[in-house]
Amino acid sequence: MTWLSIIVAGILTYFTRMTMVALVSRDMLGDKIKAVLAYVPSAVFPAIIFPGIFINDYGQFIEMDDPKIFAAIVAVIVGYFSRNIIATILSGLISYWFLIFI
Amino acid sequence: MLTKKQLFTRGMLDISPHMLSVIPFGIICGAIGVELGFDPLLVYAMSIIIFGGASQIVFLQLLSGGASGLVAATSVGVINSRHLLYGAVLSEYLEKLSLIKKLLISYIIVDQGFAESNKFFKKNKSEQYLHYHLIGTGCTMWVCWQIATLSGIILGSFVPEELGLKFAIPLTFIAIVIEDLKKIDHLIVMIVCGLSSLLFYDAPFRSYIIISPILALFVAALILRLKK
Repeated sequence: MTWLSIIVAGILTYFTRMTMVALVSRDMLGDKIKAVLAYVPSAVFPAIIFPGIFINDYGQFIEMDDPKIFAAIVAVIVGYFSRNIIATILSGLISYWFLIFI
Repeated sequence: MLTKKQLFTRGMLDISPHMLSVIPFGIICGAIGVELGFDPLLVYAMSIIIFGGASQIVFLQLLSGGASGLVAATSVGVINSRHLLYGAVLSEYLEKLSLIKKLLISYIIVDQGFAESNKFFKKNKSEQYLHYHLIGTGCTMWVCWQIATLSGIILGSFVPEELGLKFAIPLTFIAIVIEDLKKIDHLIVMIVCGLSSLLFYDAPFRSYIIISPILALFVAALILRLKK
């Protein structure tokens, strides 16, 4: 079942790559749709970020003093100024570990 | 005129700085898959079948959180729909290629490769074998991604669960969207998406992952209309 959904996901992904290059003329996508597509990352990834921070393994909201919230704030600040992916991830993880272990 | 080989090499060189972030990201992707309890073979197969960094993590995270396979696969499609935009832009330069070449090149279109090759194409429109630059960026990306996710899968089996490596998932995506945080329109779209994902978290089959992007894209369309 998992394998089947990976294959479906793979075919869908290949189609997103191939459709505009090989199948249809590029004018099919109007300027409006192109402009909206540019927002896709901002419109999708927060749906991973927010639950990943604010909801725990049991599907409940975490307390406002949870280490994850503090660590995420650190990561946002570091990311905002450094513009570096690795620094963003590591600063968040290290401050998270600092809070849960010390 | 540059030769095919020169263009290919140029593509490899142009994308190489991105490997600084792609390789650690691939390692995290592999390690998280193992951490979430999936079969290593399955985690690796995704790097070949899907070959789309962020969407691979999302897929595994959704399944481990109880989403149905259909919802997980659909969300991969939604995340990767941005490739439609890349394809529309690149098609101008790939028009003369045969269908089979177009079909093969499509498989290696990725964010960073698109960004670098598109930059190069704009400046060198007259080159005959332009597409070799895209093959150079895409192949470099593919090889590094395979090696990185494999290393992650191997490393992941040594990482103790107490470290809570799962928390690297939201952090990784914070790193991906952080550039757009400075733009107010993008910020609004992000907040709409984030809040609705919490609001609809208990919707059946974890469908919040599809509902919230649709709501957020609707808001994006509204913003675009107001801007005019």
